[in-house]
Amino acid sequence: MGLLTSIRTSITDVTDRLFSDGEPKRIGIYGPPNAGKTTLSNRIARDWTGDAIGPESHIPHETRRARRKENVEIKRNGNTVTIDIVDTPGVTTKVDYQEFLEFDIEEEDAIRRSREATEGVAEAMHWLREDIDGVIYVLDSAEDPFTQVNTMLIGIIESRDIPVLIFANKIDLEDSSVQRISNAFPQHETVPLSALEGKNMDEVYDKIAEYFG
Amino acid sequence: MAELSTGAEGVQIDLISGERMASKATMEKIRMILDGVHEGNIVILEDGLSPDEESRLIEVTMSEISPDEFSGIEIETYPRSGAEASGILNRIIGRDSSSKLTVIGPANRIETLHKDETLIKALVS
Ligand SMILES: Nc1nc2c(ncn2[C@@H]2O[C@H](COP(=O)(O)OP(=O)(O)OP(=O)(O)O)[C@@H](O)[C@H]2O)c(=O)[nH]1
Ligand SMILES: [Mg+2]
Repeated sequence: MGLLTSIRTSITDVTDRLFSDGEPKRIGIYGPPNAGKTTLSNRIARDWTGDAIGPESHIPHETRRARRKENVEIKRNGNTVTIDIVDTPGVTTKVDYQEFLEFDIEEEDAIRRSREATEGVAEAMHWLREDIDGVIYVLDSAEDPFTQVNTMLIGIIESRDIPVLIFANKIDLEDSSVQRISNAFPQHETVPLSALEGKNMDEVYDKIAEYFG
Repeated sequence: MAELSTGAEGVQIDLISGERMASKATMEKIRMILDGVHEGNIVILEDGLSPDEESRLIEVTMSEISPDEFSGIEIETYPRSGAEASGILNRIIGRDSSSKLTVIGPANRIETLHKDETLIKALVS
């Protein structure tokens, strides 16, 4: 091995180590509104750091600001994987404040909620283009996965070469179909889970360590 | 660009050729699409958008949503194989292309924009 090559090799070694030790990867939790992104983020954060990330709700667009939990250390088979979790607002192409009125929200609050939601979606798209190293794409497995938003977002993630895991959430529901999701995105690995009930979390953490470690 | 209209109360459809879009910068494309949608038109792109352009379209759409005026867009893309490329829309546009057809419309005017392998269905109100 020539001198230059060996210097280059040792520089690569150093940067590799700097990356794995100093800079935890930022893992964005993406998906449509109400899929269970915050419920999942909270469960991961609670399991490994003891505290939560943000409020969960059956009303769509509960999360309207990306929220980050830093240095979440996940221990797997004697190894430790350190990641930052970014819980993002559910992505959509439309927001109508009238929809929030159905949830007994006053008009003024509904309008504010919709404005914050639109800012949140824009922010989530921005994070995806600038600051995300890996994506967990969360879907409600009781819902149809063949939506344009899902197709577009997976396409955007793929075009940026960001590693992605698809999480088929809410497997505790009667209408849940994990198969429908793996059929929709056969090019990616689908992991079934219930973030609410904590089902299949061992596989969830194995896959996180394998993909983002 | 072809404009199909069904009269004063009808729906205007903007069919934008790939050629017309190809020379435009990302923001010009997005402006052209959203200007059409703001007027209540259905915009059909012969060649679709790149993933990065789609990401910016979502972002700009979000920034233009305003209560009782604009609630966003419905969008569907239609990946065409060679066999399907002789369909009616191609005959209208008069071109043959293997890239994805994209239909975009105002969310408040389109009840369902349904898609399966061979069909995009839009109910316009
Ligand atoms: N049955 C079931 N419900 C779940 C599960 N995970 C989340 N939920 C429920 O789904 C609803 C939405 O959960 P959130 O975690 O707030 O969803 P989100 O994806 O963060 O939603 P936004 O922030 O609005 O985009 C809440 O009522 C949760 O309790 C699950 O595994 N099973
Ligand atoms: Mg949330």
